[in-house]
Amino acid sequence: MNRYPLWKYAIIVVALLIATIYTLPNFFGEAPAVQVSSGKATVKLDAGMVSRVERALEAARITADAIQFDGNSVKARFASTDLQIQARDVIDHALNPDPAERSHVVALNLLPRTPAWLQSLGAAPMYLGLDLRGGVHFMLQVDMPGALTKRAETLASDLRSALRDKNIRHGGIRRDGQGLELRLRDAATEAAARDVLAEQFPDLLVSARQEGGDYLLGAALKPEAARRIQEQALKQNINTLHNRINELGVAEPVIQQQGLDRIVVQLPGVQDTAKAKDILGRTATLELRMVDESAEGRAAESGAGPVPFGSERHLDRNGQAVITRREVLLTGENLTDAQAGFDSQNHEAAVHLTLDAKGARIFRDVTRENIGKRMAILLFEKGKGEVVTAPVIRGEIGGGRVQITGRMSTVEANDTALLLRAGSLAAPMEIIEERTIGPSLGADNIAKGFHSVIWGFAVIAAFMCVYYLLFGVFSSIALSVNLLLLVAVLSMLQATLTLPGIAAMALALGMAIDSNVLINERVREELRNGAAPQTAINAGYEHAWDTILDSNITTLIAGVALLAFGSGPVRGFAVVHCIGILTSMFSAVFFSRGLVNLWYGRQKKLKSVSIGTVWTPGQAPAKAD
Amino acid sequence: MELFRIKKDIPFMRHALVLNAVSLITFLAAVFFLFSRGLNLSVEFTGGTVMEVAYEQPADLDAVRKVVANLGYADVPVQNFGTSRDVMMRLPILQGQSSGQQAEAMMAALKAQNPAVALRRTEFVGPQVGRELLEDGLKALAVVIAGIMLYLAIRFEWKYAVSGVIANLHDVVIILGFFAFFQWEFSLAVLAAVLAVLGYSVNESVVIFDRIRETFRRQRKMGPVQVIDHAITSTISRTIITHGATQTMVLSMLLFGGPTLHHFALALTIGICFGIYSSVFVAAAIAMWLGIRREDLIKTPGKKGDPDDPNSGAVV
Repeated sequence: MNRYPLWKYAIIVVALLIATIYTLPNFFGEAPAVQVSSGKATVKLDAGMVSRVERALEAARITADAIQFDGNSVKARFASTDLQIQARDVIDHALNPDPAERSHVVALNLLPRTPAWLQSLGAAPMYLGLDLRGGVHFMLQVDMPGALTKRAETLASDLRSALRDKNIRHGGIRRDGQGLELRLRDAATEAAARDVLAEQFPDLLVSARQEGGDYLLGAALKPEAARRIQEQALKQNINTLHNRINELGVAEPVIQQQGLDRIVVQLPGVQDTAKAKDILGRTATLELRMVDESAEGRAAESGAGPVPFGSERHLDRNGQAVITRREVLLTGENLTDAQAGFDSQNHEAAVHLTLDAKGARIFRDVTRENIGKRMAILLFEKGKGEVVTAPVIRGEIGGGRVQITGRMSTVEANDTALLLRAGSLAAPMEIIEERTIGPSLGADNIAKGFHSVIWGFAVIAAFMCVYYLLFGVFSSIALSVNLLLLVAVLSMLQATLTLPGIAAMALALGMAIDSNVLINERVREELRNGAAPQTAINAGYEHAWDTILDSNITTLIAGVALLAFGSGPVRGFAVVHCIGILTSMFSAVFFSRGLVNLWYGRQKKLKSVSIGTVWTPGQAPAKAD
Repeated sequence: MELFRIKKDIPFMRHALVLNAVSLITFLAAVFFLFSRGLNLSVEFTGGTVMEVAYEQPADLDAVRKVVANLGYADVPVQNFGTSRDVMMRLPILQGQSSGQQAEAMMAALKAQNPAVALRRTEFVGPQVGRELLEDGLKALAVVIAGIMLYLAIRFEWKYAVSGVIANLHDVVIILGFFAFFQWEFSLAVLAAVLAVLGYSVNESVVIFDRIRETFRRQRKMGPVQVIDHAITSTISRTIITHGATQTMVLSMLLFGGPTLHHFALALTIGICFGIYSSVFVAAAIAMWLGIRREDLIKTPGKKGDPDDPNSGAVV
């Protein structure tokens, strides 16, 4: 009765093997590394960067342990920190020949020293939270009412010009919170205004009422439009933050949406909060200018002459010079949206811009007067301008909808749209939570958490071995298997490990031993009641199982509730807590039974079981029926 | 080795009334302190800025307090955190000043007083986040209680669910009472510990309930009180050992975990001690007062066999 079929042992062996493989990366530690990532939204890294880095290092006779490309960045690992710093300078020099114009971010980083064969299996060490490795954490609240108000203002001025175009006279447009109110004199104009609203403003929900002979049209954003605006605002703010953080040269920034209107930014390793905040709050600006097409301008563009007075020289993405006039026609403030798409006639990739009413009017005037000439859209970041695109004006463009086409791939169209959108924040943001953890505190926390787990574990294991002898040894092995599984699952999931997470790990081990104590006590009890050893083992496990299941499920209920409602440290605790309960069911029941079966199951005439003294009271044992 | 050599079932329930009275008094005292003193909520809940700085030499707290007072903060707690070289202070939210500005101004002032100071961490929480955390915490508490009650009601019976949850709440309120009485800082980690205790302590009640059910099945001659006594007696050795093991871990956290885990471990310690007590004397006793019977648990065989069962008359 105490034998496992072969497949059960197979499950145990496979589980242990997988757990060991995924736990292994945690033991290799971290190696100093240099990370190269894009410094600008326009610069994309590809696999070719690996060979560029290789060549640069070769030229300086620095050997890297490994160079890898992971889609967004190239990371090179080195044997020592000295080499790392040398290599950083070499790579930086090779990739950013002009110190004023840094197209690549070259940052120092720590990389796990996981061997290649483990990496190919997808094994990686546990992901440490900020409290364990140090860094800065921000939570930003996006001002959604602000975004909606901004949108309502844009709509108000759009409406004003739409009515003017149709020659509809009105008694004023008023913005009331996030809605608009349009005052009209008579029923005829009201009907006309309604038509305009229905035709050109699909996002607005119109309601009508009368007040003292005047007709009032109320227009509010439809809920789905409001939701779309909020989603876009959040997305755009995240994009903008990404671009700005790139500038900080942080190795692995985390920028995540949290809830409907919050963004979490985590910058591991950054200590200078002031600078980080400064950069997060900075705005990049977008400008629309005319290209200087005078003879002097053309000469300057080809490099044959000096830049004429009143003009400036900027480079486009391909390094081509473009001479633009200093006069700014439009700024990013007038741009409400930029999306990549296709031209409706020739299906070429295109970027569609939407301008607000003021921008549209200016744009129409500019294009009417400058047909056949070139204009330039420039993005100013860190005080340096770059020409995003410089198209030729084909005809007058009214209505505020602008399409940019011409020798663009879809990827380029996407990039340009992103860049145009990324110029500014869609809605203001406010920092509502901020944490800085010094690197020494992080290392301290790891050591403290580690010691708590190890010492607690050692004492429990020692007690179990003394109290339950061989069964105690089995229990202790099961407990260490639990720890192994827990670490393996955490490494596999790449869940963030925090100090409360380590506390949960310790607690999980303390609670997991409960199952083994229950089993061992049951087996003893069966022996005390006079059962034969083999029967006692079997009955002990059988009877204990119900209790173990019940108590684990109730604990799990608490764990899941914590996971659902907790945030920050509570969540870190809950994840490990829940996983610990699940792994303990496997290790304490299934695995420990396997050990016992392996040891005792084959012995047909088992006389005694090593589970410590089984003391029987002097009287006859209570009879069980 | 066997620690517990119990010859007869210990009549735990004989003293139930007295101990329940003691429980009630403790509970009321905890509630009283909760209301009179209130919890010393951490910055995570109240909003504000926490700064932790480290000196090379043991810190001169009075000098630091003077610096803090000079910046215009009245009644700001300045205390050692962990070691005598680390100092922690909690700054309230100032209108018109961001937390970063507050922290920078403070750092500059501290540097001026003693240049050998290093910033260990700052933490700023806006007031709206704190309120949300508190709400989420209460929601989690409600869900845990509802979930556990439901599970116990399905797995056992409503009487067990009610007594299990009352015992649980008793533990939680007493932990909170301790935190209110000693004015220990109640942080998010402590909240996690309190909720973990909820799951953990009900675990204990479940083990005893399980035994009660089994004894009801096996020992048809025993009355409910005897059954409860027997169930507790036969699980007491496991109870002590398990809690001892968990407490070992918690103690290890208390000793090695440093100040961050200190209050977390403290909450767990209280939770574990009261967890043992409450599952024996509160959960089981309330179940007894509610009048648990064999028939409640063993429905099918009970109904079928009841009229002919010679032992049925023995039920007290």
